[in-house]
Amino acid sequence: MNLETLSLLRFEWVIIGIIFVLLVMKLADADAKVKPMLTAINVILLANFLLGLVPMSDGSLFNNFFRSTSLIVLQKNILNLGVLLISLTAYRYLSNIKNQIEYYILMLTSLLGMFVMISSGHVLMLYLGLEMSTIPVAALVNYNRKQRNSSEAGLKLIFSSAFSTGVLLFGISMLYGAVGSLDFTTIACNLEVNALTLMAFAFILGGFAFKMSVVPFHLWTADVYEGAPVSITSFLSVISKGSVIFVFMSALYSLFGHMEEAWLYIVSILAIITMTVGNLFTLRQQNIKRLLAFSSITQVGFVLVGIAGASAMANSSVIYFVLIYVLSNVAAFGVIGAISDTNGNETLSAYKGLYKSNPYLALILSLSLFSLAGVPPTAGFFGKLFLLTSGMGNALYVVLAFASINLVISLYNYLRVVKTMFMDEAEIELGKVETNFPLNIALIVCATGLIIIGFIPAIYNYISSLSYGI
Amino acid sequence: MNVELSLLILLFLPLVSFLFLSLNGKRLSPALAGMIGIASLSVVTVLSLITAYGYFFEYGSVADVYQKLEPIKYEWLRFNENLSIDLGVLLDPISVVMLVVISFISTMVHIYSWNYMHGEERFQMYYAYLSLFTFSMLGLVVAVNMFQMYIFWELVGVSSFLLIGFYYTKQSAIAAAKKAFIVTRFADLGFLVGILLMSNGAQTLDFGVLIERLSVPSSPFTIAMSTGATFMGMSALAWGLILVFIGGAGKSAMFPLHIWLPDAMEGPTPVSALIHAATMVVAGVFLVARLFPIFAISAPDALEVVAYVGAFTALFAAVIATTQTDIKRVLAYSTISQIAYMMFSLGVAGWGEGHNEGYTASIFHLFTHAFFKALLFLGAGAVIHAVHSNEMADMGGLRKKLPITHYTFLIACLAIAGVPFFSGFYSKEAILSAAFHDNKLIYGVALFTSGLTAFYMFRLYFRIFWYKEAKADHGHGHDNHESHTWAMNIPLILLAIAAFGAGYIPFGHFVSADRSQVELPFHLELAIPPVAVGLIGILIAYMFFVKENVKALNVQQSFGAFYKWAYNKFYIDEIYLFVTKKVLFNLVGRPAAWFDRTIVNGMINGSASITAFSSESIKKIQSGNVQTYALYFLGGVLVVTSLLIYYFQ
Repeated sequence: MNLETLSLLRFEWVIIGIIFVLLVMKLADADAKVKPMLTAINVILLANFLLGLVPMSDGSLFNNFFRSTSLIVLQKNILNLGVLLISLTAYRYLSNIKNQIEYYILMLTSLLGMFVMISSGHVLMLYLGLEMSTIPVAALVNYNRKQRNSSEAGLKLIFSSAFSTGVLLFGISMLYGAVGSLDFTTIACNLEVNALTLMAFAFILGGFAFKMSVVPFHLWTADVYEGAPVSITSFLSVISKGSVIFVFMSALYSLFGHMEEAWLYIVSILAIITMTVGNLFTLRQQNIKRLLAFSSITQVGFVLVGIAGASAMANSSVIYFVLIYVLSNVAAFGVIGAISDTNGNETLSAYKGLYKSNPYLALILSLSLFSLAGVPPTAGFFGKLFLLTSGMGNALYVVLAFASINLVISLYNYLRVVKTMFMDEAEIELGKVETNFPLNIALIVCATGLIIIGFIPAIYNYISSLSYGI
Repeated sequence: MNVELSLLILLFLPLVSFLFLSLNGKRLSPALAGMIGIASLSVVTVLSLITAYGYFFEYGSVADVYQKLEPIKYEWLRFNENLSIDLGVLLDPISVVMLVVISFISTMVHIYSWNYMHGEERFQMYYAYLSLFTFSMLGLVVAVNMFQMYIFWELVGVSSFLLIGFYYTKQSAIAAAKKAFIVTRFADLGFLVGILLMSNGAQTLDFGVLIERLSVPSSPFTIAMSTGATFMGMSALAWGLILVFIGGAGKSAMFPLHIWLPDAMEGPTPVSALIHAATMVVAGVFLVARLFPIFAISAPDALEVVAYVGAFTALFAAVIATTQTDIKRVLAYSTISQIAYMMFSLGVAGWGEGHNEGYTASIFHLFTHAFFKALLFLGAGAVIHAVHSNEMADMGGLRKKLPITHYTFLIACLAIAGVPFFSGFYSKEAILSAAFHDNKLIYGVALFTSGLTAFYMFRLYFRIFWYKEAKADHGHGHDNHESHTWAMNIPLILLAIAAFGAGYIPFGHFVSADRSQVELPFHLELAIPPVAVGLIGILIAYMFFVKENVKALNVQQSFGAFYKWAYNKFYIDEIYLFVTKKVLFNLVGRPAAWFDRTIVNGMINGSASITAFSSESIKKIQSGNVQTYALYFLGGVLVVTSLLIYYFQ
């Protein structure tokens, strides 16, 4: 245990520390006073995020099982930011339930798993991280235990996730059989394109695609999103998905770099299918969480277009997009959560006339939807634009044509919600939705980010300076 | 005051006014909000006139050639070494002309709305939106870079959306706003892909560099883009330009993307005058003009597409305009037809001396059209304000009741019909002469259309102000309705002066394709036919509509089915509806939703009940479902595997 071990594992140590503090708090019955405790936890998470901004040196540990670079640090801190924002939006939900501390412990454990996964330099670590990040989420999805569909969602997630893990492990074992090592650098150097490695790749891809909800591995998404508590849906769609996108990209670029031609082909096809199917299924959704579930599938399709760019620019544009996506989705789910906490209604018709009854929430939700749709000058537009430009760089014209068409369809999908809020008359008067200080902070941070991120070149340029291609 | 500062104020004052008005909203009294809007726009107009004067007469030209000046420019985002997005202000003849047009018309509309929108519930927001629109439109015309233009292009679309849907309690207004947004967005997609394609080919987004690289036939960029791969016989460059043109065609309502504009008339009438007649809808013309050297030198085939789309739309919209009975719709179709004039005028122009007359003519017409069409809309607004209806049937004999409106409207009609000594005559003559020298077919179409234009405009005029007195009286009696609407009268008079006099500006001295100063030739023998057909059109309209009679009805019946077709706008909207609603929704959207509901979701929702939450039912329902998931999952993996092995082994 030397100093380097401490410093390179800083993010992980901090999370473990927080989990430990939470356990002590539980033992000390801190949850007797719910509101001060939640505030304390939010402050800790804020400190965690701020600490993440402190620069760190690059390096690797444990025979290259664990590595850390500035890019990885940035990715981890984007996730930290996301968790902080989600925790702020969940304030009201958590004040009304029991076992808040367990909620945080599970969430942070999952986050720790993601950190391990992002930092992994060895397939085994990657696998461990992936599992560690999934299993606690299944428990979280199940958090509204009194509600049938919440439990159902939890079970569904755990079952299908177990299945996907099996497939992933199978793929890993084939990879080991072909290369004889699971170390990233060894695999990257010795990988030959043959039937066995291609098959291994396909199985590993299936595992990742499941977590990212790429069509046709997406079927669990809508049910789980619909059943889970809103803040957990937000966590799943933003944090879980974002972390797997990061890992998937680095796996493609470094681990399977030799196989570029093959994965480019498959990723392009999957991108087209995912965007199109996600969009078509969004068209007629009436439940707002389900609608956002399918729309998040579409968003992943666009991310795949960016990933297929296979250049340093592709790398940076995907990370940039994920950052913006975090803000858009947290804002959207924040508003949805506030409304769902008030009247328990999650259908689209509950949003009729929202602008009249709650103009502030309606404006925030529209801003985030516009950002998801990629309407300028919101940040989402720049995110999408960079993704498409990366695809352009690799001359993927067919994929781009599909992406463009899907951009318009997705605009229609989001506009439908905006129209409902602004132009339809409310059937049942909603009344003033109560907000609270933490939620307001989160929404304002997200909204400000969505407006200004596109106009601050420094952010993209910073990400771009860290990125690498194949 | 130095140029940079005055340009910055010019651009950002409307934005500041928008932010101020929208944030303070209801806390301000309507009168104060209106005053702020009018005052800030007046400053903008003064500044843009100063800029125009300075540019054209002081610092703009070097050796009689106007320069492209970029007084403000800063790098904003850098993609890679060669490709960056800049923000800035580009001054060249067309952007300066546009600055003047936009700020002037916008000020007129601001003043006019003071009376017209009086007492509206969201008066303050209305002024805020107008300011937002003005800001976006100004930003669009001075863009230094395709990308900056695209952003403002979208912002313009958003503000247009907000203003069309301003009466948001009206179902039709909501539908129109949505339609406008989606149709133009669809076209913008072409624009975006075009931008990507061209920036990829030229490795720049900057207008100046782009034109330099792609309009020189020997430059490596031009060669790479215009040889290489072809698709349907046209090069990548031509396709890039056509895609950009599709974006322009969406905003400028060219066939078949014109369907949103007539519906956009659901917005308040002054908004129609500003956005859907004078400024935003000519953005497409501006875009083609901006890229004109590339069109003309490197991709004449793309320019030909522009010419034919324009000529067809001009005729098509004019035919529909003759049959409509809602006065705003007549004006809307007339706008489509006139913009199409500008479009094909660009299309028939070429590069080099003797060929580029069309370019100047197009911008000239854009300039004169802005005044007389805004005047027509504002006049129509005054009429609607007085009779509370858009339908011709409720009008007639209004000349005594609305004398100012009557005379100003008449001036505008004479201008658009191309009667000599009015502005429209000069610009239209230039367009027709350009068409005559390049393409006789288009010339013929344009000539016929100009006769139709005179006919439908005077049909409108006689029908509103003469014909027989309308029965319906809205309680105002025969008193002069205009005595208490000074804020509406002033813009009408000012615009009437411009609609008459704008033609006397020697436009060739200011705007030409290569930015040198040229003399627009005037051909007497070419001026006679359009004037003749115009007068015939007016005469027929006079016979039909000056008094109530059956002549028009007889002619209408003799056209039979064709009239019905044209009256129903050739059923273009119905075709779109069929494709989107019936084909897309039913064949794609609905099955997809059904699949999700029944196959994926149905088993749970349909069969479980809360009490059956026992292990037994979980096993039955859940396992079935997760099996389906697993099946798809495994299927996916196997398909991926076989694809990979098939292609790469």
